[in-house]
Amino acid sequence: MITSLLKSLLKKIAVAALASGTLFTASAALKVGDSAPDFSGMKLEGALPDSLKGKVVILDFWASWCGPCAESFPVMDELQKKYQDQGLVILAVSVDEKPAKMETFLKKNLVSFTVVRDAGHQLVAAAEPQTMPTSYIIDREGKVRFLHNGFHGAATRKEYVDQIESLLKNTP
Amino acid sequence: MKSKLLLAAGLTALLLTSGCANVKPWERGTLTDYTMQSGRDPIATAQFEHIWYSREEASGGRGVGGGGCGCN
Repeated sequence: MITSLLKSLLKKIAVAALASGTLFTASAALKVGDSAPDFSGMKLEGALPDSLKGKVVILDFWASWCGPCAESFPVMDELQKKYQDQGLVILAVSVDEKPAKMETFLKKNLVSFTVVRDAGHQLVAAAEPQTMPTSYIIDREGKVRFLHNGFHGAATRKEYVDQIESLLKNTP
Repeated sequence: MKSKLLLAAGLTALLLTSGCANVKPWERGTLTDYTMQSGRDPIATAQFEHIWYSREEASGGRGVGGGGCGCN
């Protein structure tokens, strides 16, 4: 009696483990071709731009503890200033757990683009970036067109420029 | 007997897997903290290196490439 109960219990555990494994591997990470995630209803600290409709958006996930993120900030600031009149919006989403660390970082790295903090890690969990930083370049129709894992200095900057210019050409 | 073995194996697997944690790239802030670095005191590191070199005829090989922050 007891052994049959144990057997059925073990079977259930095995099935649950398999199911959770399947769920875990079936990741819903944001990729090229997907629609940009809907930020409304997510707990983002900081003011979002009025409207992202019809804009080319760089959605960048970063953290104060990440070295390449600090390298990427001056480049993104330059791009924002250069292309904002043509419709580029850079939205940098901090995944810092402590707001003070983000503030200290932003005092050292002054930027002109929008920075918000993903306080509940809802947005980052929806996008599931594989590295820090990760940026998604979203076209005017709201589709993710390019994905950058990490920041590799001049090489990434060149890719950004080429990709942004190609997307900005499509005027709404 | 067989079921006991099965139970033991199941319990062992449960124990082992409960120790695993999957840290996402965006959750590595704590791991990159200064206090998590093994070689944060250069004088102590130099002393350990000296001792190892004297006793084992070996030095270096500390740490791993890439760091733990999940960047790049």
